[in-house]
Amino acid sequence: MRLKAKSLCLSPYASDRIPYINLFPMDILSGIFQISLEQGLAYALVALGIVVSFRILAFPDLTVDGSFVLGGAVVAKVIVLGYPPTIGIVLAVFIGFIAGCATGFLNTRLKINSLLAGILIMTILYSVNLRVMGRSNTPLLNHVTVFTPFEQMEMRWFSIVLFFSLIVFAVKFLTDLFLHTQVGLAMRATGDNEQMIRTLGVNTENITVLGLGMSNAFVALSGALVAQHQGFADIGMGIGMIVAGLAAIIIGETLLRAKSVGMMTFAAILGSFLYRLIITIGLWLGLAPTDLKMATGAMVILALGFPALKKGKEEKLHLRGI
Amino acid sequence: MKKMVVIENLKKVFNRDTIDEKVAIDGIGLEVQKGEFITVIGSNGAGKTTLLNLIAGTCLPDEGKIFIDGREVTFLPEHQRAKYLGRIFQNPLMGTASSMTIEENLSMAELRGRPRGLSWGVTKKGRKRFRELLKTLELGLENRLRDRVSLLSGGQRQCLTLLMATLSLPKVLLLDEHTASLDPKTAEKVIDLTDRIVRENDLTTIMITHNMKQAINFGDRMIMLHEGKIQFDIKGEEKKHLTVEEVVKRFGEKLEDETLLCKPVEGQARQ
Repeated sequence: MRLKAKSLCLSPYASDRIPYINLFPMDILSGIFQISLEQGLAYALVALGIVVSFRILAFPDLTVDGSFVLGGAVVAKVIVLGYPPTIGIVLAVFIGFIAGCATGFLNTRLKINSLLAGILIMTILYSVNLRVMGRSNTPLLNHVTVFTPFEQMEMRWFSIVLFFSLIVFAVKFLTDLFLHTQVGLAMRATGDNEQMIRTLGVNTENITVLGLGMSNAFVALSGALVAQHQGFADIGMGIGMIVAGLAAIIIGETLLRAKSVGMMTFAAILGSFLYRLIITIGLWLGLAPTDLKMATGAMVILALGFPALKKGKEEKLHLRGI
Repeated sequence: MKKMVVIENLKKVFNRDTIDEKVAIDGIGLEVQKGEFITVIGSNGAGKTTLLNLIAGTCLPDEGKIFIDGREVTFLPEHQRAKYLGRIFQNPLMGTASSMTIEENLSMAELRGRPRGLSWGVTKKGRKRFRELLKTLELGLENRLRDRVSLLSGGQRQCLTLLMATLSLPKVLLLDEHTASLDPKTAEKVIDLTDRIVRENDLTTIMITHNMKQAINFGDRMIMLHEGKIQFDIKGEEKKHLTVEEVVKRFGEKLEDETLLCKPVEGQARQ
């Protein structure tokens, strides 16, 4: 059961769709596309969260691997207890926000190195998540989730994609708006030139805490949705999430050469879809699901290492924060 | 006359109790009148930048007190005293956020020291005002409000920083060799602009410079720092009639820094 859940982690429908789409080329293509779009949107909020921490704040936040599971665990617990799934989602977002703030607190107030602060909270969250769920895997298949109403629909895939799109783009636009407010400008400046914005009277420590909270709230929201979508929350569902999110961002940025905030967040969503597309194709071509993380890691190393091999300085600036 | 900055017996020691112990500021006392424009010279390691850092709160003193406009700010965190201070660094990259647009940078500067909320960062009113102000720079920046600052040259960025630092009229303007990394022609333009803005707004200014000519030609008071102490302090009529030759004659033995000595003297010789 545990093993099956894990292999299903990335694409819950992949295993039951791919065997039969093997027969018809057109179906293969549309099958791959459908899976990738659905998955890409489900995980797009992780990429958006990483845009806020890595790109806007230039803070390499590793809390993500833990806060993603945290979102799933909280929503699963709330659902299993019999409360409506929407309450679970709201709670997951809020607790994800707190987790991000904790990392920010370790870094800004206790002066712990940013990477270490993220790792510490991520490690702590492992225990927290087990406490929340009470076990390592919580199945939700027999419970009412936000996806239950979609079960009976004729255009099930389309409705689910629409549902995800609405949430993802709502978060994207709200983030874009926020980053153009007075506080938002200060947040962007904190990642760009901390000394400068401090001389303009901004408490960059508070801004960092707020930004990391936002980032992890997005990630927890994604975790909460993914857990319901795949029908279970698992303690291992967050492993490699940060690398996958980074891969998504890098793919999107490389394609769009995103400079403005709106383009950056859009690039993350597009990248998330393309990353899942690459993975789904890889799986279909026979890539072992167990090798996925290795392949993703290699992809990120290549993308990050490539500019160093080339000379241009601009390329390095483009990837600042990592 | 009103005292804008008062510094009492200020002392700062780096790496205390180690073999690298360095007394950066050694008991400095200074009173700056409102509207006064002070130039500060001194060789490398004389404590010029440390003095500005202490006033701005980038680092905190070991002893002594600092008052700005009558309020003690000695241990106030940097962001809390920002409302009194405008500051420009030597490195043009340090004064602006390069990934953000000109109008966004100016908008952030306009809110210096004030609480920030969730209203729009860049407003129509602000944009109009920025366009007018940028026109006075005569760099054509008024038509590039939405350009990212990374597209500007070092000189343009420094002019923009100057505008940002003085946008909401600080009580004290701190300039840390802000023309040092620019080419001579741009440096001249930036220093002239500095002088104009300072005079027009009657800003209390402390300017560090490596260029003795600048130190002599601009400002109405000149201070020389040496090993963390004020070596001389020239103001009033004496400052007005000061020449490079005279400074070298009177204080030459203490001006060990070659850059400080050679550059202006050569310039003098050519004239």
